[in-house]
Amino acid sequence: MTPEVSQAHQHEHDHQAVPSEPALRVKALESLLIEKGLVDRAALDALVDAYENKIGPRNGARVVARAWSDPAYKQRLLSDADAAIAEMGYGGLLGEHMVVLENTVKVHNLVVCTLCSCYPWPVLGLPPVWYKSAPYRSRAVIDPRGVLREFGLELPQDVEVRVWDSTAELRYLVLPERPAGTEKMTEEQLAALVTREAMVGVAKVSVSKAGIAA
Amino acid sequence: MNGVHDMGGMHGMGPILEEKNEPVFHHEWEGRIFAMNRAMGAWRKWNLDASRHSRELIPPAEYLRMSYYARWVAGLVDLMVQSGLATRAEIESGVAAAGSIKAVPALTVDKAVTLVAKGVPASRNVNVAARFQVGQRVRARNIHPVGHTRLPRYARGKFGTIERDHGVFVFPDTNAHFVGEKPQHVYSVRFAARELWGEQAAPQDSVYVDMWDDYLEPA
Repeated sequence: MTPEVSQAHQHEHDHQAVPSEPALRVKALESLLIEKGLVDRAALDALVDAYENKIGPRNGARVVARAWSDPAYKQRLLSDADAAIAEMGYGGLLGEHMVVLENTVKVHNLVVCTLCSCYPWPVLGLPPVWYKSAPYRSRAVIDPRGVLREFGLELPQDVEVRVWDSTAELRYLVLPERPAGTEKMTEEQLAALVTREAMVGVAKVSVSKAGIAA
Repeated sequence: MNGVHDMGGMHGMGPILEEKNEPVFHHEWEGRIFAMNRAMGAWRKWNLDASRHSRELIPPAEYLRMSYYARWVAGLVDLMVQSGLATRAEIESGVAAAGSIKAVPALTVDKAVTLVAKGVPASRNVNVAARFQVGQRVRARNIHPVGHTRLPRYARGKFGTIERDHGVFVFPDTNAHFVGEKPQHVYSVRFAARELWGEQAAPQDSVYVDMWDDYLEPA
């Protein structure tokens, strides 16, 4: 999966897909809305900046690392996710009603939004293209094990797979299993191991793979 | 509506293409339309559910062909035209109609920061009785609304179990059409994968779907 060729193809496809030249169309729309006094350019800049630079999967990774390091925090996170995530300073738009799902040796949780693109923004940022795409949305519910295999994760037959379809305003974050060999790591080191994919449930956290850059 | 957006269980959509080191926005315009959607939402001429429905109304062939943020452009344009915030002529020309009154933006920088930090809860603090209890067997109603719904086709008519009661939330099926919030309980309903997909699914696997009271009937 993920050959460079496919990405190039995807980009090419995206460009062909848009009916008119979207950059020009959106620029004209922004000028119009500013001219009409309907939007404030600085507010648009602030929104872009928030999701481009401030809010992303690093937030979720810190929540996960805290849960791995502090059993009492983990309990709070699983029983009242909103409050526990707020303790870490995160929350807000598209994460108003959070639920955290714990992956264990026996249970593997996977999150999807088959109807659109619902995703827990305050802890994971905006969703990647694959999460919003037809292949993932169509297959995660009917063939989760096949989807996981495509991400390189082969689950044993006796593991129970739970797929969570985000059809309402609840937003789901997967608490991945803490990998072996990380007993001596600090919270910060642990957070660096946690990937966005692991928090959606399409991957496990491993010590060998690089996590999210700080 | 039984639209192509409701794609859970469909085949033939191709491989999942994961992009390493993916940027938040692939083009500057994606960030701008993302932000404009939020800023225009602050006028409260529509709501989150209406906004979702505007994208569901894109004709199926186009929906599948369009990139994600291209759908956002189409949805926002439709909402603005319908609500009278801009005319199609203005949007096509990029210039305000002669003599139109200049507004004061609804979303300032301060309000944008607050919006991001606080969000817009869809829960409602009203006393509405839950029609179902945790552990109860239920059936998702076999309904096919022509308007907006968050009841996916793959679950309709299927039997499941109430796993959690999340409390009272705005009901999208009415809210999207501006006919009231109709607050009611939302539950996580567990469906055995075999109930949904038959013998091909692993016996212990399941799909949890969030469902409003109006989507369910006692089993």
